[in-house]
Amino acid sequence: MLLDRLFSHDRPRNRWLAVVLVAIVVALALTPFIFPGTKALNVAAKVIVFIVLAASFDLLLGYTGIVSFAHTMFFGIGAYGIAIASTRIGPTWAAMALGALAALLLSAVLSLLIGLFSLRVKAIFFAMITLAVASAFATLASQLSDFTGGEDGLTFKVPEALRPGTEYAAEPFLGASIDGRFVTYYLIFVVALLLVLALLRIVNSPFGRVLQAIRENDFRAEAIGYRTVVYRTIASVASALFATLAGVLLALWLRYNGPDTTLSFEIMLDVLLIVVIGGMGTMYGAVVGSVLLVLAQNYLQDVMKIAASAVQDVPLLAQVVSPDRWLLWLGILFVLSVYYFPSGVVGRLRAMRRN
Amino acid sequence: MTDAPTATASSVAAATGAEALPKSRFDTLPLLLTAIVALAAWPAVGSTSTWLTLTFAGLAMGMIVFIAASGLTLVFGLMDVLNFGHSVFIALGAYVTTSVFAATLGWTSVASLAPTLAAVFVAMLAAMLLGGVVGLGFERVIVRPVYGQHLKQILVTIGGAIIGEELIKVVWGPAQIPLPLPEALRGSVLVGDAAVEKFRLVAVVVGLVVLIALLYTLNRTKIGLLIRAGVQDREMVESLGYRIRRLFVGVFAAGSALAGLGGSLWGMNQQIVVPQIGGQVNVLLFIVIIIGGLGSTLGCLVGALVIGLMTNYVGFLAPKLTMFSSIGLMVAVLVWRPQGLYPVTNR
Repeated sequence: MLLDRLFSHDRPRNRWLAVVLVAIVVALALTPFIFPGTKALNVAAKVIVFIVLAASFDLLLGYTGIVSFAHTMFFGIGAYGIAIASTRIGPTWAAMALGALAALLLSAVLSLLIGLFSLRVKAIFFAMITLAVASAFATLASQLSDFTGGEDGLTFKVPEALRPGTEYAAEPFLGASIDGRFVTYYLIFVVALLLVLALLRIVNSPFGRVLQAIRENDFRAEAIGYRTVVYRTIASVASALFATLAGVLLALWLRYNGPDTTLSFEIMLDVLLIVVIGGMGTMYGAVVGSVLLVLAQNYLQDVMKIAASAVQDVPLLAQVVSPDRWLLWLGILFVLSVYYFPSGVVGRLRAMRRN
Repeated sequence: MTDAPTATASSVAAATGAEALPKSRFDTLPLLLTAIVALAAWPAVGSTSTWLTLTFAGLAMGMIVFIAASGLTLVFGLMDVLNFGHSVFIALGAYVTTSVFAATLGWTSVASLAPTLAAVFVAMLAAMLLGGVVGLGFERVIVRPVYGQHLKQILVTIGGAIIGEELIKVVWGPAQIPLPLPEALRGSVLVGDAAVEKFRLVAVVVGLVVLIALLYTLNRTKIGLLIRAGVQDREMVESLGYRIRRLFVGVFAAGSALAGLGGSLWGMNQQIVVPQIGGQVNVLLFIVIIIGGLGSTLGCLVGALVIGLMTNYVGFLAPKLTMFSSIGLMVAVLVWRPQGLYPVTNR
């Protein structure tokens, strides 16, 4: 069946999950028409980019069982690739392609080096070394201000066809104005869809099965004859490349990149939250988790504002539910999901069917 | 690499025949590394007085980092738990210090030394106490359910770090808090040509006290013996009837208290406290304990000193490369000794 081929025989396997996923994809596909306003479109674009980023991280964390803290580094490399190419060469398609290619190359080399250097030893080692490398890279990016714009970042132009000023139709179509932003949004949507399907293909291939074997018992996988170092390294390179592409998409959408947008440790935590709450080792978890997190980031604060004004006379409680503390609640949810729902929302939904 | 000294030691013992237990030879090479780093920087820096100042600053920073990192490496060595939430205790220590200094403004704003030192002492004590108490809770709620599961440990302790940082923001607010040094600790004293900042003198003294206390506890007391034995072989200690869990809880609390102390000193060193302060130091701590060899206390000290010196020299010569010099050093050390400077044998 075509659908089966498309999903690499890895279907949602639960009616509710399928409904949620279809709803998410349809909502994202139709956002310019059904949710008017720039904020909704920005939120939707962020959701899409984070889906790719989190799905590529899931390849590492959920499927191979290694924790990397350098994932946002590759995300940042992709975004800086576009940003620097655009400011140095000019806002042409060729420059975009060159920037993306250079970024992919740099990511591949860096992830290969880190992988070969530290994946031989314990998982914990890899986690610590990637953390160190990522923070050094973030420092470097903010210090090379001639090149990266430093702390201020780079604001740049995208090719003519993607600019907000470019009008394709004089009249709005079904409430959406058909301009460069509209085209950019669908460009990102289609590319992201292809990337997620490609990741689904990878994790359901024989290669992906070996990764899962390594996750479950690396000693046994090695004993069967798979060279675990090689597999782990390939997985980390592949995941880095997908993260780089996510960065490229983000840069195209924002037309800006700076250390806080892509390189900061907060983004890394967001990705961790997405993958763990959504469900490790499921790919679909990245989709559900990204929607939850980005919605929480953008709208939970509004809800908490209401809650905070309701209890504003209670001193400590008002502090705890103040809208700035939304991360506290996600952190608690994160710890609880690691304890009680190790396979996240998706795993929980799938388990419902069996009962 | 680890076998070589043991082999020579046992052959020596076999030759003499008298010694029942061969003494393991002390490995001095890593200590020499510290001296080599310091001496290599001398010609690069140029002036001797600047070099002396930098060296002392490096040693002081190394001492602070050692205090903060010692708990991390012990906890890992004993229970195989890598605590990514260690940063919370550092931040906590720094924030407690701001509160104590604010409360004892009368002591810290005068130029005389005695009340200032009293305030600093109270601040450090409070930081340690709170660090230890919160550490107990952290161990119970966050770490205990996931013993032996590395992946979950990393995730859960990260979650603990997120929650802790947010709670700190709830109590002290999200804005940065200035932490000016007490009046009497500002400025520096001249030792020969080198300017030695007074605060760094305090840091070195505190660091030495902690080091001596730690070495005494680990090497001369029964608890220390059990801890060292537990790091070597946990199951064996358990099968001898000792409750290693209880021991571990104590070590965790002590490690958190030391992190609080380290955070207090680090906050005074930075003179400004932000909620992310712990995360910033944590990267440094990881580099230090990787260099030292995961689980090794002595390695942690040497690693901290080397990193402290390196950071100060490179910070003077080429400030942009500071972070990279630490990572470069880590890579170099791991190429030389893949398990760190002082490998813990069973890992």
